[in-house]
Amino acid sequence: MDNTIIRITNLRKDYFVGEITVHALRGIDMEIKEGEFVAIMGTSGSGKSTMLNILGCLDTPSGGSYHLDSVDVSTMNRDELARLRNLKLGFVFQAYNLLPRTTALENVELPLFYNNRIKAKERRELAMNALESVGLADRLDHMPNQLSGGQQQRVAIARSLVNNPVLILADEPTGNLDTRTSFEIMELFQDLNSKGRTIVFVTHESDIARFATRNIVFRDGRIQREACLTERLLASEILKSLPVEDIELTQPK
Amino acid sequence: MDLSNLFKIAVRALVRNKMRAVLTMLGIIIGVGSVIAMLAIGQGSKQKIRDEMSSMGTNMIMIMPNYMRRGGVSLGASSSMALKYSDVAAIRNEAAAVAAVSPEVRSNNQVIFGNQNTQTTIYGVSEEYLAIRKLEISSGRIFTQAETRSMAKVCLLGRTVIENLFGKDSDPVGMTIRIKNLPFEVIGVLKGKGENGMGMDQDDLIIAPYTTVQRRLAAIDYINGIYASATSEAKSAVAIAEVEEILRRNHKLRESEEDDFRIMSQSELIETFSSISDVMTYLLGAIAGISLLVGGIGIMNIMFVSVTERTREIGLRMSIGGRGRDILRQFLVESMLLSIMGGTLGVIFGYIVAKVAGSVMNNPAIVTSHSVILAFAVCFAIGVFFGWYPAKKAAGLNPIEALRYE
Repeated sequence: MDNTIIRITNLRKDYFVGEITVHALRGIDMEIKEGEFVAIMGTSGSGKSTMLNILGCLDTPSGGSYHLDSVDVSTMNRDELARLRNLKLGFVFQAYNLLPRTTALENVELPLFYNNRIKAKERRELAMNALESVGLADRLDHMPNQLSGGQQQRVAIARSLVNNPVLILADEPTGNLDTRTSFEIMELFQDLNSKGRTIVFVTHESDIARFATRNIVFRDGRIQREACLTERLLASEILKSLPVEDIELTQPK
Repeated sequence: MDLSNLFKIAVRALVRNKMRAVLTMLGIIIGVGSVIAMLAIGQGSKQKIRDEMSSMGTNMIMIMPNYMRRGGVSLGASSSMALKYSDVAAIRNEAAAVAAVSPEVRSNNQVIFGNQNTQTTIYGVSEEYLAIRKLEISSGRIFTQAETRSMAKVCLLGRTVIENLFGKDSDPVGMTIRIKNLPFEVIGVLKGKGENGMGMDQDDLIIAPYTTVQRRLAAIDYINGIYASATSEAKSAVAIAEVEEILRRNHKLRESEEDDFRIMSQSELIETFSSISDVMTYLLGAIAGISLLVGGIGIMNIMFVSVTERTREIGLRMSIGGRGRDILRQFLVESMLLSIMGGTLGVIFGYIVAKVAGSVMNNPAIVTSHSVILAFAVCFAIGVFFGWYPAKKAAGLNPIEALRYE
């Protein structure tokens, strides 16, 4: 067993819109190894969202092959893909997608409900651990509308962690957040990455992509450029250097 | 996902939209309630008819002319003249299992007393008729055999006729009324029997000797029917066989010929009325069932709304590993919960309606366990049937599009 989580060769994706065929992905070769923190970048229409959907097993490629954790995904059916997502993947969305009027704990438990092997007690413990690891151990019974945007995204990250996935996929995770909270979320991702989590996220903000270990830039359905970041930026350092007024603004006296 | 969790999700979804859930259930409540109430009222009136007819004597036998057809051609009026008084005499003399027998001749006439008048039926019978039909005299007397022989113009009046001609609570014995311009002396008054199970007034009648009615009022030489009673209920089959044998012989019918008369026993009549009221009950039930159907469509409608407004939730559930069938089950449980809760409340509602309507209509309403089980089965089926399509739609959503749904 090697430590390659994602192996993609000559992957293509075509959409048929009426009589027009849209080539969203035109032959992608990509490998992501365990413990990497990859930012996928690109302008809208570059194919980065399509790539993320395929990586997340929400969509199937039109051609080429995709191996996730040494399993060939390209030939699986809907139910097999659902099971794969349940056991191996974690999702974080731009709009958090938490269930309304449902406590943080239950939101985090949700993926485990679709795994019959996990019993209620274990489910609860795993969810509590996940919330603790994102620093929300004291917010278990809060509803999403009682939490700030950053806290909601933390709950969503806890939800993506709860099934101990091989890969966390995040779609513009900081898109709805202010600068400071964005850095906090990236700090959390870096923290998780340093503990061995493999994370792939899509963003169009280059200053957010700087926190990753590798950047892949998409353009017109192809990989335009790839770069490993040798000098890694730490979100925790930047947070320290941010002006204090920001904190005062969020916590008025 | 296991059932208890699906159940929890469904309850939460319904509680979140209490008003909507209650309104949707209302359709089912009214539907089930009306089915239960209709069946209960139908059952109750059937029971009431049965009881009343039994009280009229289960050993009664009725003989009527049979409207015969031969080769598709109706023999018309001639066959209604098949019964004669000689048949009554023969039955009285020969049938051992028959305790009493009376002819019946009916005539519809206007009856006049002073400046009052009423339209009623005059039954020409023999004095045994009262015992056979379980009629009683409250004052006066029954006519004698001598009066029958002489075609005496005497009569006994029912309560309704007295009310119409003389006013309530008056005793007309000894008075003279006019029927078809003939003076009739009132010699007796019949005890009131009230309405029968079919809502017919059993007191709107006049009884007179059959000879009088046959000759003076109807002017016919045949009789309209024969009433007899068997010596006991157990003997009633024997009595029917005897009567048939006697009448066939009297009418000189050959082996190949059909009976030109029809014999009905009271117990047979009870069955006939029971089946009529069964048909009525099911008809009412079916009409009520239509409202249940409308309620079901209401469920389908609200399930579509539920699926649409939770599109993102469906997308999320799919992305974290929910399979199509998990989503399908989630929405099916929700729709079944709606319909079964509605059904439960509907049964209670129907029970109350049946009891109230029963006491207002003075007609016992009987809620059978049969109809309750039926109602639940139908609700279950409605939940599945009307929940299926919306649930299927939810299960078939594309997770990517569902997640992006605004």
